[in-house]
Amino acid sequence: MTNEEIKQSVSALFPAVTYDETGEFLNLLIDAADLKPLMLALRNNKEYSFDFLFCLTCIDWKTHLMMVYHLLSKTHRHNIVVKAKIADINSPQIETLTGIWQTANFHEREVYDLFGVKFLNHPDMRRLLLDENWEGYPLRKNYVDENMITI
Amino acid sequence: MSLLGEDILTEEGEFVINIGPQHPSTHGVLHLKVWLDGETIKKVQPHLGYIHRSIEKMSESLSYRNFIYATSRMDYLSAHINNQACALTVEKGLQIEAPPRAQVIRILMAELTRLSSHQLWWGCTGLDLGAVTPFFYAFREREAVLAIMEETCGARLTQNYSVPGGVMYDIHPNFQNRVKDVLKQIKSKFTEYDEILSGNVIFEQRTKGVGYLSAEDAISFGCTGPTARGSGVSCDIRKWFPYDGYEKVEFEEILGTGGDCYARYMVRMAEMKQSVYIIEQLIDNIPEGDFQAKTKMVLKLPKGEFYQRVETARGELGVYIVSDGAASPYRIKYRSPNFSNLSALEHMATGAKIGDLVAIMATIDLVIPDVDR
Repeated sequence: MTNEEIKQSVSALFPAVTYDETGEFLNLLIDAADLKPLMLALRNNKEYSFDFLFCLTCIDWKTHLMMVYHLLSKTHRHNIVVKAKIADINSPQIETLTGIWQTANFHEREVYDLFGVKFLNHPDMRRLLLDENWEGYPLRKNYVDENMITI
Repeated sequence: MSLLGEDILTEEGEFVINIGPQHPSTHGVLHLKVWLDGETIKKVQPHLGYIHRSIEKMSESLSYRNFIYATSRMDYLSAHINNQACALTVEKGLQIEAPPRAQVIRILMAELTRLSSHQLWWGCTGLDLGAVTPFFYAFREREAVLAIMEETCGARLTQNYSVPGGVMYDIHPNFQNRVKDVLKQIKSKFTEYDEILSGNVIFEQRTKGVGYLSAEDAISFGCTGPTARGSGVSCDIRKWFPYDGYEKVEFEEILGTGGDCYARYMVRMAEMKQSVYIIEQLIDNIPEGDFQAKTKMVLKLPKGEFYQRVETARGELGVYIVSDGAASPYRIKYRSPNFSNLSALEHMATGAKIGDLVAIMATIDLVIPDVDR
């Protein structure tokens, strides 16, 4: 499907989605609370079949957090990016996608570890890279580490 | 008491042991917590982060020329390809392209890197499964490849040769002749590799039917590279989304069918031959001209997001740069191949014997600095 076709067919199913086409990929913007039904449709509908979640990350925009999901369909060879905005920066949380793509398990744990986003219904919500007792979330823009020296 | 302060014997009578994090046994400081019922693996939990350096955080305070050097320390066996990925992403942001000469040099170096990486993997796989000799055979050819790297790039492993706009300096005058010599040497050894390990009865018994990964699971776990191709999943970025002129060279994407350790092993063995084939096509056809496009001293990417994927020796590396228009990136994410490949380990190893775990780890070809970053 071309970007235009994806746009039209997604708008019919999910009117709340907004679009951004300035970058390399078509971006679908949605609120964090409505993410899971959209992702389920993108994975399971035959016309999309986005079976490969090749990148999952988060960006700290200081006022809010943005979850970024890069998707590829192995059958149709089209890519899109889904972005979910988390407005509550103090206790961010979003639904897990582990049940849809198994790779989300490790990637979400990494985001939890470094950004502090809590994934609801995640099977194993522990820190991944840092120690269990680590304080703070290093990739947040307001993170301060007294031991960090910039040369 | 174990490392994590839990009992060694669980209530269900399962035995909990910790494998690693010592380097010589586990291809880097990987710590696996394994639950065993007799010899059968009930559960595996990787514990990561022993060499987490937060390269992504560091890059946020580095310039677009400097952040590339840190990536040599991620997957240090594909250092050149990591650098290439970053250089390509910055080029995408600046909307420039490396000159044809630089592109061909980059491909040549990338394929030499892939060869040396697969040779190290082949030697270590033998070593892991109790065959010591392949290690020495593999390093004999690998050293010759690394000597070429050293002559042209100045370093054997952390090359830092790709820069935004091309390569850092031109190839060494001896480069073409030495590559041809090494290729001749390597080609004559492929049959030797097969005789010593691939056809060995013990080796086949330890890898065939072990660590099965279905194609659906490989995609779902985000596996890429030979790990996924062993299960028959087409995922070679050089074919799917060609970069630096890979669309102009002829080569085959190797796909396995078994999905077991042996299939992954055979995919890598065949990939080495494809790398040799790519180098042969290009070595006498390096175009004349500049090796670097002209760029400004201080690079500034326009506001926006840039994503570039490349095929490293282990799979798909994605570099995701978010720029706010400043001289250093606002956010960088490295989607590393090993990270996703490792997440499939538990799925592959559950139900297998503890001895098979080593074979599975060997054929995923883990490099831990790439997982931890």
